[in-house]
This record gives sequence, structure tokens and C-alpha cells, in this order.
Amino acid sequence: MTPDHLLAGMLLGALVLYVLTGGADYGAGVWTLLARGKHGHLHRALIDRSIAPIWEANHVWLILIVTILFAGFPRAFALISTALHLPLTALLVAIVLRGSAFVFRTHDAKPRTDQDASQVFWRYVFAGSSVLAPLMLGTIIGAIASGRLSRRLPSFFDLFVAPWFGVFPLFVGCFTLALFVFLAAIYLIFETRDHRLQDDFRLRALVLWMVVSSLGAIILLLSRSGAPDIYDGLLHTNGGLIILGLTSIAGLLSLAGLMFRWFSTARAAAAVQVTLIVLGWAFSQYPYLVVPDVKLPEAAAPLPILRLLIWSLLIGGLVLFPSLYYLYRLFKSHALFTPPPANEANCPSSDILSENAARHDKKAGTM
Amino acid sequence: MSDLLAARSQMAMSLGFHIIFAVIGVAMPLMMTVAEWRWTRTGDPAYLALARRWAKGAAILFAVGAVSGTVLSFELGLLWPRFMEWAGPIIGPLFALEGFAFFTEAIFLGIYLYGWHHLRPALHIAAGAVVTASGVTSAVVVTAANAWMNTPAGFESADGFPRNIQPWTVMTNPHALHESLHMVLAAFAATGLLVAGIHAVLILRGAHDNFHRHALAIALLVGGIPTLLQPLSGDALTKAVAAHQPAKLAAMEALFHTAQGASFHLGGLPDEESQSVLYALEIPRALSLLLYLDPQATVVGLDRTPRQDWPPVAVVHVAFQIMVGAGLVMMILVLWAAWRWKQGRLYVDRTLLWCLTLGAPLGLLAIECGWVVTEVGRQPWIIYEIMRTSEAVTPMPGIVVPFILFTLLYGLLALIVVWTLWRHIAATERPDPLSGSPRAPALPGGEVNVG
Repeated sequence: MTPDHLLAGMLLGALVLYVLTGGADYGAGVWTLLARGKHGHLHRALIDRSIAPIWEANHVWLILIVTILFAGFPRAFALISTALHLPLTALLVAIVLRGSAFVFRTHDAKPRTDQDASQVFWRYVFAGSSVLAPLMLGTIIGAIASGRLSRRLPSFFDLFVAPWFGVFPLFVGCFTLALFVFLAAIYLIFETRDHRLQDDFRLRALVLWMVVSSLGAIILLLSRSGAPDIYDGLLHTNGGLIILGLTSIAGLLSLAGLMFRWFSTARAAAAVQVTLIVLGWAFSQYPYLVVPDVKLPEAAAPLPILRLLIWSLLIGGLVLFPSLYYLYRLFKSHALFTPPPANEANCPSSDILSENAARHDKKAGTM
Repeated sequence: MSDLLAARSQMAMSLGFHIIFAVIGVAMPLMMTVAEWRWTRTGDPAYLALARRWAKGAAILFAVGAVSGTVLSFELGLLWPRFMEWAGPIIGPLFALEGFAFFTEAIFLGIYLYGWHHLRPALHIAAGAVVTASGVTSAVVVTAANAWMNTPAGFESADGFPRNIQPWTVMTNPHALHESLHMVLAAFAATGLLVAGIHAVLILRGAHDNFHRHALAIALLVGGIPTLLQPLSGDALTKAVAAHQPAKLAAMEALFHTAQGASFHLGGLPDEESQSVLYALEIPRALSLLLYLDPQATVVGLDRTPRQDWPPVAVVHVAFQIMVGAGLVMMILVLWAAWRWKQGRLYVDRTLLWCLTLGAPLGLLAIECGWVVTEVGRQPWIIYEIMRTSEAVTPMPGIVVPFILFTLLYGLLALIVVWTLWRHIAATERPDPLSGSPRAPALPGGEVNVG
């Protein structure tokens, strides 16, 4: 494998990890918006507790992706950041608002009630920006795949709006959002021992499974005119058909896992499903980094730089992955390293305790 | 406002905003770690309370720093796509290293903030030390990349693109070490004195307990030593600028005419039209002496640089003078505090405490001015004598719109951060009703307080 392909592969790997971790953090933020009804406050507490120790680390994948892109494939970076200036700016605003709103909410000087005006305000900012960021991220990816970046009529609309403002890119945005929300719902099942909350998120994951599947099918149809490379790559090559087939099997497995409460299977299948979707995009777009302007291997930086980057990533990985493992081991052992939570009867849970505490507070308040 | 000016303003504003959070993110972990380490050594609960309280503040500042840093990494392309297309492969590896350092920092900060109950104290302190080390590494690497823009090295320019890139020469470009050292010292000095000022005001308001005394001592120690070392690093950097960027040095010193035995301008407002410095106190031969230890040495003035390649002289000179002035005042404050501490009167000298309070923002002011000197002083070049800033800017029109958008966003965020931190600081003034003991944190740092 040539260095440019290897580095592009690493870029893709980082993107998959970002989607599986950081993506789910956005999805969790969206669930904050939809946390209503009598368990609403429990959902929000669960979501906050689940993402608090890890979201910043998960977010760094994005920064790593950007640096690999501009170091290894500078032309792609320059082209993307010029033609997609507007959605990238919207993505950045969403990233800033989401991170800030989350810390303002969870690191206040003194405990506040869930209904405190500032809590409610920051919750909406957090949730709203968690919706906007995946939408923009998906739109950007859809635009890169669609070959719209190279339209060069000298008008503002053609140079800076048309590249991303189209049915296909915007649908990819919605699809990305749905994927992230789906992943988050499945992950959240593992974050609690409270059966009511597990059931809530199981039901939500099932609904999102339907949304993801429908959007996936629609995008495949739309790609025929919207991104012909993707359509041909997936439907008219053996490799593409295999990836499509495997994605469907993983999708059915995650559905079965949710229906029959094989939660570990459901989670693993969902992660595989999402990974395959990203790989399918990359596979069908190959050898283009940006359709149809930037292509491997011409777009790559000089060879010594590629080698240096690959070695840096490999050596950096020796520090990074053990550190990440340690982080997850410390804070996610209940979700990742212990047996699945399914069908444990009457396990006393911190969520029930906290609900009791909340009730108690309420009573105290009315007295 | 032209698109170029809007793009430069947006970059300046984004950097100016991010740098505050970045330097606090570098220095605050050291202070938390020192406080916690003192707790394990002395068993004084005030040290532990302090570590936790500082950690809560640091969590907010670090998060805002992380997201505003993300904005910057994208803005390199959004605003300067041609610069990145050209220089991406050269400075990219440095940014990739920074990416890893930042990853380590974020991971271990998570472990530090949320791991109070998961880790033994020794391991917890080790996590804090890793956060500090990776923060310093990020600062060094990113500043080295900026230094490359001032003293580009390690490549050959042929047919419009760089060839034969030598990464090691890029990383060790002539200004890399000087600039990085100056920035890291500045980060600790500014944060230390900022935090010292905050605790000084609380002591003035009547908080005479160990919590604020320990805080003041640690902050003055962490900030004080770099403050005293900074003139040496500044001197070395200025000499390096004189050697490699004569136009920037001439603008810093407002030296319009090349002179043997050049005089130093204290204060003053340079006027580019008349090529003179108004209202300045001139110290004869002092500039030659400072730069070359020789009162008769020749210092190159702006007259050796074509007029269209001058940086904005007044801005650079004034920013440089404010930076040096702020640094000198900080040195005086630190020496004064050290003297009073030796006498055992640090915590009761109200005049000193007042001055520390007033001096709290000086370090951040000096950092902002220092970056103005570095960046504005390099103009009109984005890569010194290789690429002009005007050649690098995005073709996107209407950049003034994102500039205004981000200015409003950051302005709002700054207000909210200050207000939120003020609530944290105010919380240390009230006794905790649950435990009955004053200043003990009610909850371990970072636990989620909702529901």
C-alpha cells in the first residue's frame, strides 16, 4: 500500500472513530431536547452523566482529522474550506455553542434545579447546537461526495452556496443526524440499570432504526442523480454490493437485538452498521478525496511528509490508545466492560435513588 | 471593510479570544496539581478544597478553549486557504503533534476532573501532571509553527510549491525555541498573577483562612518564577527578531532610520508620514546597547525596507511598549510580594494586596499585546518574505459577516464565562451550610448537579 493510501486510510479510521464516539455525543445532546414526560429529568441526568467525562476527548478526533487533512492533503483542505465556507462556519458555531452550553450547565457553582431558567436556556442551546452540528457535518460530506464543488460560475451563489445547498447534501445531513441519534439511544441503554430508562431508550432506538433505514434508502435513490459516483460505486461494483449487503445484515441484526433485548448484539451491530456506511461512502468515492477535483495520489503532500505523518500517527497512537482505554476503563466500565444490563430484575439503581431524592425535594418544596 | 481586513480581524479576534483560555488551560492544571500534592503532604484540607475549586473553574475554561481552538484550526482554511494549500505539508506535522498532545490533555483532564473517587491520590496527581505536560507540549508545538511563519526554513521553493521539505529544520526554525519559551513562560506568569489577584481581593474582603492564603502562595509561586525569567527570554527573542526580521524590530522600536548608536524610544506614538516618533522619551544609544551590548552598534531601521513592506508601525510599537511595561510592573509586584512573604506579612499588607488585585489582568494584557507584535509586525507577509497575506486570503466575499458573527458570539461567551466564574469565586466566600466548615466544596469537582 502506498503512503498516500495508508494515510487516507488512517484519516478514514479517525473519521469512523469520531462518528462512533463524538457522533454519539451529539446524538445524546439531541435526546436532551426530546427528553419529555415523566422520565424527562431522569433522561437528562443520565445523558449528562454519560457524556461528561468523555466528550472533550471524543471531540479531539475532529481536530486530528483536520490536521491530517491539511498536512497530508492540503489541496483537498483548501478546496473544501473555500467552497463549503458557509456550512463549515455553521458547524463551528454549533461546536462552540454545544461545548460552552454543556459546561455552563454542568459546572455551575451551586446545584440548580432542573427547571431553573438558566438551566432550561442552556439545555435548549446545548440540544439545538447538537442538532445543527451533525446536520452540517453530513451536509459537508454529502457535498464532497456529490461533485458539486467544482461548479465554477463566477457568482456568489454558484461558488459558495450551490456546492452544498442541494437535495442530496442536505439529505445526507439529515441522515448523519439520524445515525448519531440512533447510536446515542443504543449506547444510553447501557448507561443505566433502571429498566424504565432502558425501555425508554430501547423504544427510541427502534423508532430511530426506522428513520435511519428509510433515510438510507432515500439517499441511495437520490445519489443516482445527486452523487453518481456513490450510486455506481455501491450498486455497480462487487465491492459496493458486498458493503451494501453487509450494512443491511448489520442493520437487521441491530433491529433484532433491539427487539429481543440482546442489547450487546444490537450495539455491536449498530456500530458495525455505521462503520460500514462511512466505509461505503469512502469506497464508492475512491480514488477521489473531493469529487471530481481532488484525487489520490496527486492530491497528497510530498512523500517524506506522508511518511512522517504516518509514523507520527503510529507512534502517537501508542500513547493515545492506551490513554483512551484508561479513560473508558475508569468511567465507562459499567457500559463497556461488564456484562450487558438486560433483564436484571429489581436492581437498585442510582437513577431510582435520584428520582426519589428529586421527589423528596419536591415534597420539601411544597411543605 | 475590505475582505482582507475582515479576514485579518476575524483571525485576530479568534486568536485573541482563544489565547486567554489556552494559557489558562496550560497553567491552571499545574496549580491544581500543586495544591493537591500539598494536601497529600500536609493533610491540610484547605489544599484539597482549593484543588477542587480550581478544577471546577478550569473545567469551564478548558472547554471554551477546546471549542475555540477547533474554530481556529478550521479558520486556517476558511480564511487562508492558499496559505494552507502551500504550507500545510510544512507546518502540518507540527499541528498533528499538537493534535496528539491535545488528545492526551483532554483525556487526562477528564480523568482528573471526574476521577476524584476513582483514583488513589498519587495517581490522581499524576493525571494532573500529565495534563500540565501535554498542555505545555501543545503550546510549544503550535508556537513553533507560528515561529516558522516568521522565520520560514527547511524547504526549497520551486514552481510555486515547496519542495524538499526537511521537517526537523522546520521544527527547529530560528525563532521556534525563542518564541515557544516566551509563550510558555507567559502562560504561567499571566495565569499565576491573574489567580493571585483574584484571591488577593477575597482576602481584602475579609477571608482570612488557609484556603485563600494557600491559593495566593501557590499562584504567586507558579506565576512569579516565570515572571522573573521572562525578561531573559524576551531579550533573546528580541535579538532573534533583530537578526531575522529587521522590519519587525524597527517597527517595535519605532526606528525609522538606520543608525549607529541607535536610541531607545520609551513610549511615544510613531507617525509613518513624517517618519518620526511623537511624545517619546529618547534614551541615546540605549537600543544599540540593549541589542548588541555595544553603544555604537548599527541598528537597521525601516528605511532599509521598501515602504509597501512596512508593518503598521504605530500598532506594533505601542503594543510592544505595553507588553514590556506590563511585564516590568509584574516583576515589581512579584519581588514586592516575595519580600513581604519573607517577612511573614504577605497576607496582611493591604497595599500589596490591592496592587496585586489591580495587576491581575496585566499578564493577559501583555500576552495579547505580544501576539499583536508577532502577527501585525509580520505584515504584509503571512509567511515572512515568501507569501503575502493578501495572496493567502479566501476568495469568499463578505467576510465581514462571519467576522461580526464570531465577534458577537465570543463577546457573549466572554461575558457568560466571567459571570459563571464569578459565581464560583463568590461561592468560596460563603460557608458551606451542609458541612458547617467554611470553604469546603459541597460536591467533588465535576459531578453533575442536576435533577
